[in-house]
Amino acid sequence: MKARVHVTLKNGVLDPQGKAIGHSLNRLGFPEVGDVRQGKYIELELAETDEAKAKARLEEMCRKLLANTVIENYSIEIVGEQAGQ
Amino acid sequence: MKAAVLVFPGSNREGDVAQAIELVTGRRPAMVWHGDGDFEKTDLIVVPGGFSYGDYLRCGAMAAQSPVMAEVKRRAAQGVPVLGICNGFQIVTEAGLLPGVLMRNAHLKFVCADIHLKVETSQSLFTNRYQGGQVIRVPVAHAEGNYFADADTLKALEDRGQIAFRYCAPDGTVDGAQGKAANPNGSINNIAGIFNETKTVLGLMPHPENAVEPMFGGTDGIGLFEGMVEALS
Repeated sequence: MKARVHVTLKNGVLDPQGKAIGHSLNRLGFPEVGDVRQGKYIELELAETDEAKAKARLEEMCRKLLANTVIENYSIEIVGEQAGQ
Repeated sequence: MKAAVLVFPGSNREGDVAQAIELVTGRRPAMVWHGDGDFEKTDLIVVPGGFSYGDYLRCGAMAAQSPVMAEVKRRAAQGVPVLGICNGFQIVTEAGLLPGVLMRNAHLKFVCADIHLKVETSQSLFTNRYQGGQVIRVPVAHAEGNYFADADTLKALEDRGQIAFRYCAPDGTVDGAQGKAANPNGSINNIAGIFNETKTVLGLMPHPENAVEPMFGGTDGIGLFEGMVEALS
């Protein structure tokens, strides 16, 4: 199965990259853009058929490597075999 | 004093720090490759600067999970001193040997400059050659040196005297507008380097190893190496 992991900065953690992106969009004629936060999107192919087991393993992966929980949150999404193909 | 310097793919200051150590000890440190799960016993382990694993995912994140770091963690737990400089600081925080994290510089630019540091304490094996409150001048070169820790962690660090160095103005001022101007990366409380609770692990963003001979433009960094030799020989 395939999994999608989103890693985002926690609220209150300064995101200078997001700020710079917001400023650039404002300058480019998108004044409606307010706060911008930049994150990471990671796609993983898993040799696992049990969704609950996969989620538990993904949690571990996020805590051990994919996210630094001092400053980042993560969310996990399992997508079916067909999705995204 | 016998030292080991770790080498990761993408390290680039391992030679600089090895040279600084050789200068004060007369002895070339052991260079230890990241894939080595075991290496000779040494009095000190240095995690050098650079861009280990291309800074993939987060700076220091990949290196923190390498075989050599598992062994470094074991030895640090036994009290073997560990010095992490620049990328090495990022690696030891990612490995959990020090609290907090190094984020992208607040102004988003790579900063390469001589800066001033206030030595917060002389009471450690790393800083015993300096006076508490002394101002030293050493270079920094990094894009991710913006130290951050949550409020509880920060308070614990401050209360226990675990701040080793703070960015400051040439006259030692840390607070106020002048202090802000002297903070090259936006680090919280101007933190440039911290100890673990037992003060056997030091992580710092600046490069004392690049200020050890007059031809480098300064020698203020040599005290760190001389102090370690004195404490560990």
